[in-house]
Amino acid sequence: MAARFVQKILNQLGLIAARDAPAATATPAVSQVNATPAASRSYSSGTKKVTLIPGDGIGPEISAAVQKIFTAANVPIEWEAVDVTPVRGADGKFGIPQAAIDSVNTNKIGLKGPLMTPVGKGHRSLNLALRKEFNLYANVRPCRSLEGYKTLYDDVDVVTIRENTEGEYSGIEHEIVDGVVQSIKLITEEASKRVAEYAFQYAKNNNRKKVTVVHKANIMRMSDGLFLRCVRDMAQKFPEIQFEEKYLDTVCLNMVQNPGKYDVLVMPNLYGDILSDMCAGLVGGLGLTPSGNMGLNGALFESVHGTAPDIAGKDLANPTALLLSAVMMLRHMELNTYADKIERAAFETIKEGKYLTGDLGGRAKCSEFTNEICAKL
Amino acid sequence: MSMLARTVGRTFMQAAAARGVHTTSALRATDSYGANRTTCTLIPGDGVGPELVYSLQEVFKAASVPVDFECYFLSEINPVLSAKLEDVVASIQKNKVCIKGVLATPDYSNVGDLQTLNMKLRNDLDLYANVVHVRSLPGVKTRHTNIDTVIIREQTEGEYSALEHESVPGIVECLKIVTYKKSMRIAKFAFDYATKNQRKKVTAVHKANIMKLGDGLFLRSCEDVSRLYPRIQFEKMIVDNTTMQMVSNPNQFDVMVTPNLYGAIVDNLASGLVGGAGVVAGASYSSETVVFEPGARHTFAEAVGKNVANPTAMLLCGVKLLRHINLPTYGEIIQNAINKVLNDGKVRTKDLGGQSTTQDFTRAIIQNMS
Repeated sequence: MAARFVQKILNQLGLIAARDAPAATATPAVSQVNATPAASRSYSSGTKKVTLIPGDGIGPEISAAVQKIFTAANVPIEWEAVDVTPVRGADGKFGIPQAAIDSVNTNKIGLKGPLMTPVGKGHRSLNLALRKEFNLYANVRPCRSLEGYKTLYDDVDVVTIRENTEGEYSGIEHEIVDGVVQSIKLITEEASKRVAEYAFQYAKNNNRKKVTVVHKANIMRMSDGLFLRCVRDMAQKFPEIQFEEKYLDTVCLNMVQNPGKYDVLVMPNLYGDILSDMCAGLVGGLGLTPSGNMGLNGALFESVHGTAPDIAGKDLANPTALLLSAVMMLRHMELNTYADKIERAAFETIKEGKYLTGDLGGRAKCSEFTNEICAKL
Repeated sequence: MSMLARTVGRTFMQAAAARGVHTTSALRATDSYGANRTTCTLIPGDGVGPELVYSLQEVFKAASVPVDFECYFLSEINPVLSAKLEDVVASIQKNKVCIKGVLATPDYSNVGDLQTLNMKLRNDLDLYANVVHVRSLPGVKTRHTNIDTVIIREQTEGEYSALEHESVPGIVECLKIVTYKKSMRIAKFAFDYATKNQRKKVTAVHKANIMKLGDGLFLRSCEDVSRLYPRIQFEKMIVDNTTMQMVSNPNQFDVMVTPNLYGAIVDNLASGLVGGAGVVAGASYSSETVVFEPGARHTFAEAVGKNVANPTAMLLCGVKLLRHINLPTYGEIIQNAINKVLNDGKVRTKDLGGQSTTQDFTRAIIQNMS
């Protein structure tokens, strides 16, 4: 008891007992050490700063690969690498270092490798914390069949857009009496409209033809009904985009039979989570699919695969997902020519199949794959 | 005494059918044992349901199956013509077996009900376990082969509780209810099913990393039950990963046990892998009654009256019914005919890449029964 009290005072004084908070002794959150050589060159005012969160496990390798490719392509971007290892905040809880938050807030744009959610009590998932911190309300996951990597489905080209702040993930749950749990799914008009508008805007900006709203309003007549109504209303403002309504189960059924039926899909949180992973499965897994999170305070692009601790540091990881996320980021920043160039080089390399990493059935190392892409630029 | 007569009658009929002395003699046998016929409630359902049910009745008639149907038209989108739910429930409770087409569930209700007719029927009869056996069919070309998975879904609570309200305008909350009792019940059902059908593994599908209490309770119940069945392997998998695994490597799954909504997702996904909604049969069980219905619930409303729907799922429901009421020989005859027609591939409905009509397909089945 006394110890805790002392600890509290120390914390308030800004002193942190090293014994209890090893994380706090980690390197300063913002370091320019990791920045590319390009950062040292002088640029015109066109250079933009981007926050880079390399992540854990294979994260640093694949981030380095992306940085290398970007340097080779002369992309006018300056990386600001930050560390998001949780530190103990003033309230005694672990959280993202303030410096990392500030960095994203100033730059408004970030690229993130996979993060490991520390196992143990008191830790919120870092991904969730980032999502909350930057109000990332829409998750965008384009899934496209890659030429050169054969799966059973070769005509996939869908984009899943998922509401990311509420729904089944509201985290409001309680046990009413022993053995009876009630979980609340929260749907609000504001959030539904926001994601609906984003979906149609995305379809328009990216020359997509159709938006499908995926729902289960036949079962959840009020909550999914509200979501459905919001998307319906938004559809009228975008008459040039085709619009259709489908039940979640119908989409699941049709997606595996004929994925070509769908284009852009917009849906509440849980359905988006499920469908985006399923679509990734159609094209070869999470190692190949990019992901972007749109927020009110900026956008965060990330690879959604795991940290793969078993191959970390062995130069075996596949940087494709993070690279394609970075390409998405370039498009978001309206650096389309660079985006196209890099994307073409990456697809070309995969199509040729000479330098494929282990997960794609090749034998190449991460660095060989990266070098090949650089050579193609 | 009557029990004995019934058993003897059945044995005789089956023997007759098995000898291939087909229709006439079987018919005569039924006549002399008129009391031994089974009555089954029949709900044609919406969309193409009535067409499919007609096909089933034709096939049953041709095989001289001693089953009589008690037909109730139940529909939510057609309330004027619909039978009363109480009557239907009473009929099913009396007959213990039912064949049901798919009921359309509109996303609005004429009387402002949040519960759909489907939910009401399930709740009234307490049809808690939905079992869909998804397997690759002979002669049906799909991307994956040798799929053989049983999906067991809890269907009386969870997301389908129909408890919703708008706290303030624009803010809606929807309750998902998970109870220990019902979770234990479905888990036990799944493990019992696995034991009885010589299955090796049960996979619990959940999202307990997000819904820590709700799905956590479900998962814990499955774990508790799994300890009582040491011979059956137990595995848990998060629902998004499950769908991803399902499309890339579906052969790893054996028996799956899921809460309500995830079950609907996995059912449909798996049905898509083996040829679509037209070829997968399912059944819903309570402790007393069984309702046989297509495994993936789609009314296929755009095909009504066009005579193009695939009756395979409905016929397989019929086969399941026959096995359930201990008329396996009849079931076998129909099953074999289905396999033969699918395998030949000459008569195929549109969903399987052919041009034949529902009627053609039904006739082909009847011709191939021997």
